[in-house]
Amino acid sequence: MVQLGWGLLSNAYVQGFLPGGPNLYEGGLKRVCVPGLNCYSCPGALGSCPVGALQNALSARRLKFPFYVLGYLLAIGMLAGRLICGWLCIFGLIQELLYKIPTPKLKIPEKIDRPLRWLKYIVLAVLVIGLPLFWRDEFGSGAPFFCEYLCPVGTLQGGIPQVLLNDVLRPALGWLFRWKMAILVLCVLSSIFIYRPFCKYMCPLGAFYSLFQRASIVRMKVDATACTDCGKCAKACGMNVDPHRTPNSAECIRCGECMKACPVHALKYTVAGKEFRKREEKKEKQYERT
Amino acid sequence: MKEWRRWLPAVCFIAALGLCIYGAATGQAEDVLRKAIRICMECIGLG
Repeated sequence: MVQLGWGLLSNAYVQGFLPGGPNLYEGGLKRVCVPGLNCYSCPGALGSCPVGALQNALSARRLKFPFYVLGYLLAIGMLAGRLICGWLCIFGLIQELLYKIPTPKLKIPEKIDRPLRWLKYIVLAVLVIGLPLFWRDEFGSGAPFFCEYLCPVGTLQGGIPQVLLNDVLRPALGWLFRWKMAILVLCVLSSIFIYRPFCKYMCPLGAFYSLFQRASIVRMKVDATACTDCGKCAKACGMNVDPHRTPNSAECIRCGECMKACPVHALKYTVAGKEFRKREEKKEKQYERT
Repeated sequence: MKEWRRWLPAVCFIAALGLCIYGAATGQAEDVLRKAIRICMECIGLG
C-alpha cells in the first residue's frame, strides 16, 4: 500500500496523460529527485529520477562536481539504505505484483545467482558513472548510458506513454526503442517467475543504496536471545537473504516480510540504534507485563 | 567508542545534506529542473 501510494503520489500530474495536453509536468517540484527509480519523462512525474539526474550532471559539457544529486543520494543512502527499494520504488512494486501471478516460481541456483548479483554494481560503475563521465561526442557532451540503453523504467513510464500521446515522436522510433522494449519485456516476463529480478541483478540505484546498508540510520537487528533459529525468516525472504545471520545484508530491501514471518518478533527495525516497534508489538509487551 | 559509532551515521547524513544544500545553492537544482522539464529522448528510447 505504501509503495502504491508513493507511486501514485510521485506520478500525480494527471493532465500529462491527457491527449493534447502538456504531456510533461514543468513545475518547480522537478528540482527535487524522488528516492526511487522514476523516469522524469513520465507524463505524470512530479519529481526527477536521481539516476537520470546524476548521469546528466556527469555528462554535462562543463563538468561540475555533482554536489546536489550526489549529496541527495548519499543522504538517502545514509538514512535508509535499501529500505527505499522495498517501500518507495514503483518498479519494485510492479515486479512484486507480477510475481503474485500464480505460476511455478524459479529459484536461481546459488552458483549463478551470486555472480549475477554483481551485475548491478557493474551497471552502476560503467553505465551510470564511468561512461557518462569519460565518453564524449565531437561537441564535448556525454550521454546518460543507463537511461539510453538499459533502463526499463524509462520505457515503461516515459517511452510508451509519450509515444502514445505524441504523434510527432512515432516516426522517430527505431532500433533503440525496440531494444529497450525487449529489455522491458524481459524484465516483465522474468518478474513473473523470479522475485524482483531487476532489483536483484540490474538496478544501479539499489547497488548504490546497498553500500550504506550496514551504516544507515535505519537498520535491522536480530534479538539473539529471542531468536529460536527456526529459519522461517530466511524462507520468507524473496531476496534470498538469511536475515537472522545477516540482517543488514547488501541484498536486503527491508520489506519486512521476515519480520512478519518471525513467530517470536526477534527481527526489528532500529532507528539510530533504537528499536522501532509496531503498535501491536507494544501492546503485546504491555499485556505481557500486566 | 560505541557512542561515537552510534552517532556516525547521523553525522554522515547531515554532511550529505550539507553537500546537497551547497549544490542547490550553486544552481545545480536548476540544472536538474532544466533536464527534467523536457522529454528526455534517451530515456524514452529515441536516442
